[in-house]
Amino acid sequence: MGLKIIKPGPLSLLQDPGRFGWRHLGVSVSGPIDLQAAAWANHLLDNRWEAPLLEIALGGVELEAEVDTWLALTGAPMGALLDGRPVPAWSRFSIKAGQTLKLGFAQSGQRAYLAVCGGITATPILGSVATHRRDGLGGLQHNGQPLKAGDHLPCIAAPDAFDQTRGAAGRFIPDYREAPRVRLIIGGDGERFGPEQQARFFENTWHVQPQSDRMGIRLSGKVPLVPPTRQWSLGVLAGTVQVPPQGQPIVLMADCQTMGGYPVLGFVHPLDLGRLAQCPAHHAVHFIPAELGTVQAELRQFYSFFKNHALGLCPSQEGSLV
Amino acid sequence: MIRIEPFGAEALMLTLADTPKERLPGRIAQLADNLSQALGDALIDLVPGWTTLLIHYDVMQYSLSEIQARVMPVIEDWHQESDDLERVARLHEIPVWYAGPDLESVAKACSLAVEQVIDLHSRREYRVGAIGFAPGFPYLGELDERLVLPRLASPRVRVEAGSVAIAERQTAIYPQASPGGWHVLGFSAWRLFDPQAEPPCPLAAGDRVRFIAVDEATYRAEGGQAAWD
Repeated sequence: MGLKIIKPGPLSLLQDPGRFGWRHLGVSVSGPIDLQAAAWANHLLDNRWEAPLLEIALGGVELEAEVDTWLALTGAPMGALLDGRPVPAWSRFSIKAGQTLKLGFAQSGQRAYLAVCGGITATPILGSVATHRRDGLGGLQHNGQPLKAGDHLPCIAAPDAFDQTRGAAGRFIPDYREAPRVRLIIGGDGERFGPEQQARFFENTWHVQPQSDRMGIRLSGKVPLVPPTRQWSLGVLAGTVQVPPQGQPIVLMADCQTMGGYPVLGFVHPLDLGRLAQCPAHHAVHFIPAELGTVQAELRQFYSFFKNHALGLCPSQEGSLV
Repeated sequence: MIRIEPFGAEALMLTLADTPKERLPGRIAQLADNLSQALGDALIDLVPGWTTLLIHYDVMQYSLSEIQARVMPVIEDWHQESDDLERVARLHEIPVWYAGPDLESVAKACSLAVEQVIDLHSRREYRVGAIGFAPGFPYLGELDERLVLPRLASPRVRVEAGSVAIAERQTAIYPQASPGGWHVLGFSAWRLFDPQAEPPCPLAAGDRVRFIAVDEATYRAEGGQAAWD
């Protein structure tokens, strides 16, 4: 019992916060590429921070409920219809067995998050259900495959979890049509780039290249950077800005490799990565400098709000699905 | 000279030497063990490189100055230890069927006979400097100077799982079929990554590796499945 997938869309992936503790073996963390939108979807249902949910790229998903429960939809607006009636953005809503949820294509942004009360049930592999296609890990079949037609997303029945809909306050809902100002901490080989290259990076208007994916957002600018050289590969993480010899930066994202050999200019604020991930191809992006202390303080605020929130109004996944 | 610097908001990069050294991977593995004891559950991931160790830590437990204060004494103690104090390095003997698609071009580029290439590659004992790029992909060093070549000008679309390959001063084994830009000398039937196994990867940074030349029948008998045209 759960949600039956009628149309999977071009790339819909089961995700949770990610596969931690295995990076020394080359295993990518994976997880939602837009952490805020994903965290809000679970938060609106009082789910645990770790609750598995669906990341829907571009839209095109159609599903039918087999149980009465509550869903929450955040991220890119996709003109969602519940039995033909519009669903409010960044909100939770109830769905009854037999009802159909249809998502059109993203009107702005790139990815939506669909959470279900209590989370989607799936068997973790290396501690996580997060789908990583290239590594062949996670997902419903544990082999890294995206959702396909006929799949079932197992979840509990929770008809009475809430008595009313609730949405995120407007100030938390980004306008994905704007060109984001992404905050960056200079670091890694940043000093060796020198002040002139750093200034060029912050002054340039960068554009998202079409071949960007969950592994990295490739940027192009009129004036490429001139990177220093780096001889030995070293550990990298999501948010790392690598600059290959041709001078066009790559921002590593959720599915990134664990080690890299390109010179590193700095690190995108973890809370700005999601905004970058929502930019479609050719979208303009600007970068502004950030201080590490401020970034850490904001991260702590974010984690304590979302990780400590779960009130347990939704019946917990454990025990109720035997 | 040891450097400690923030690497983004949630990680700390330790640079432990300017260039890789013979015993360094084993020493870094030892430091990783010491740090994981000292940091407990504030430690999320520890990623060794040839000269570096990346510490991914929980910002809910430590700020930058706090994590630095925890890490510093561990590094100082480690730095004062003798060079002999490394994690006990296991030796893995990995059978290789030397029949890779680049064997002849490597021989030609290095002005060697094919047999010499095989001999130079399998004669040496290597160290696992790091595991990365893909799950279970080991970077092994250092390769004999006479086999040093740059990466392929244009990477192959598909490199077979188990391919034993070289580039620059390193050699490696591809755990799964993937695109790749290294020169493939041969094939190993070893499974380098299995998420269901404990541990998922038989190799660890700091371990020693030796390649043993075997014939195709032995390779096939061990389950090797490489096939290429």
